Amino acid sequence: MTAKVTTEEVARVAELASLELTPEEIPGMVGDLNAILDYVAELNELDTTGIAPLAQISELPGAGGSASLRKDAVEPSLNRATVMPEAPESDGRFFKVPKVIER
Amino acid sequence: MTTELTSGKYVEKPKTLAALKSEIAEGRTKAVDLAAAYFDRIGTVNPQLNVYLSLTKDRAIEQAARIDALAAKGYALPALAGIPIGIKDVLVMKGAPATAGSKILKDYEPPYDATAVTKLESAGAVLLGKLNCDEFAMGSSTENSAYGPVRNPVDPERVPGGSSGGSAAAVAANLAVASLGSDTGGSIRQPASFCGVVGVLPTWGRVSRYGLIAFASSLDRIGPFAGNVRDAATLLNVLAGHDPKDATSSPAPVPDYAAESDKGVSGLRIGVPAEYFAEGLDPEVRAAIEKGIEDLKAAGCTIKPISLPHTKYAIPTYYLVATAEASANLARFDGVRYGFRSPASENLAAMYRHSREEGFGPEVKRRILLGTYALSAGYYDAYYGKAQQVRRLLAEEFLRAFAEVDAIVTPTSPVPAFKLGEKSGDPLSMYLADIYTVTASLAGICGVTVPCGTTSTGLPVGMQVLATHLGESTAFRVARAVEAAQDNFQLP
Repeated sequence: MTAKVTTEEVARVAELASLELTPEEIPGMVGDLNAILDYVAELNELDTTGIAPLAQISELPGAGGSASLRKDAVEPSLNRATVMPEAPESDGRFFKVPKVIER
Repeated sequence: MTTELTSGKYVEKPKTLAALKSEIAEGRTKAVDLAAAYFDRIGTVNPQLNVYLSLTKDRAIEQAARIDALAAKGYALPALAGIPIGIKDVLVMKGAPATAGSKILKDYEPPYDATAVTKLESAGAVLLGKLNCDEFAMGSSTENSAYGPVRNPVDPERVPGGSSGGSAAAVAANLAVASLGSDTGGSIRQPASFCGVVGVLPTWGRVSRYGLIAFASSLDRIGPFAGNVRDAATLLNVLAGHDPKDATSSPAPVPDYAAESDKGVSGLRIGVPAEYFAEGLDPEVRAAIEKGIEDLKAAGCTIKPISLPHTKYAIPTYYLVATAEASANLARFDGVRYGFRSPASENLAAMYRHSREEGFGPEVKRRILLGTYALSAGYYDAYYGKAQQVRRLLAEEFLRAFAEVDAIVTPTSPVPAFKLGEKSGDPLSMYLADIYTVTASLAGICGVTVPCGTTSTGLPVGMQVLATHLGESTAFRVARAVEAAQDNFQLP
């Protein structure tokens, strides 16, 4: 957990996150991420063997719980005519995007 | 302690809900005139403070006219009839821009209303507009907004806190009687503290998040800001409750928080955790909070020193959990369905990358990268998995403490409002500003931040009153007692 992040790793993670960092941005991000990761390494002091991860507060007793799931039935949602005009490019029925596959 | 503010020329306390409601019900004030007066004041003050990003004038005046018509007929008015309220720009309102403080949503006009917005309007509220915030609610100073920072009404050279800086400043400067914010790691409580207003962190799941632009879903909550504690409780009465549109909203019954808050504090056991009064706490903030604790004792509370030894692990835990969830939530911003698209990309993958590169600001990118890293193959167990385990330890530690005490009081922030630019160059030092607030976020418990004295230069200090899951009534009672002991307190 004390592994230092390299420029290559930041580039790889940026690719995973679909971010394209500019060459000027990368050194700052490498420095910031290393500082933050050094800091979070403090968690290694704690022995968490056998501790179940807590993903949702509603798992805890008395925390308010969650409602039972609704019936799996189709209900009306926002209609297409309302939603499609928000798209940067559409033909009214479909979202239009640049080509996906190079021929 | 002095309550004179040395440079608070924009500070103005809103009238109470009770006062405004009777004025409107009796026809002494027209809701439309009240709304117009608020728009006038916003027109004058907003250029200096940058609190509102957009105004919803037509919608506000229409709603106000409906309230006036009801009042003229002598009908009983709903709880928030005619009350001017501002909405943090991470909540959607149909037909109004919702930027989340980001360039990537610059021209986005959502086609629906958030449930919290619907509930406020159903209760008669007049919604004035959308309030500035850190981009995607990521920040502690509102300096990360793509639309410029908000300035603190108490001292415009200082930040209002964040990420709901606009929401806190709006109430502090009386640019709204109340407002909505969101809190993921302290984003309601810390700005409330910095601006000298009341801010509420409801229990996770207490308020529906349908229509909230998501940051970190296991942490995000919506809550109100108000000028006094009872009004904040009245707002939560309106906002709380299960919503079929948000499966994570709790089905637990909603008490009458405002009535509960009247019950007084005699006999309540108040825990004071040593870890929140350690190194790094500003001496003047400490003195103000210690005075507040004395006031609680005088009001009949039993004060118990307690220990929450895992507190120091909360910031690293929080920044792993929150960024991991953010990296997933923000994947939806890709230039396809709504929001900003970078023009002229050679293919789809490049369009995603360019849109995100140009649309997101540096802090958002930093958090997406950190979160993606913490979730990536080979690191998941060491970072995200570990953080989730520590999160359980932190939550269980609070639950053990609440077996012994009814509420826990702490400073909301280790320091009063800092100057613009003071921390913006150093992300880690900005993260540390959340040291007293992220614990309750991780544990899912509730809390209220209430003004509790000032520093010698007049900067507000806020006390954080924490209570267990669904314990809002207790938090409001304690906050009321702290408020009542303030030098400038006037009975509503």
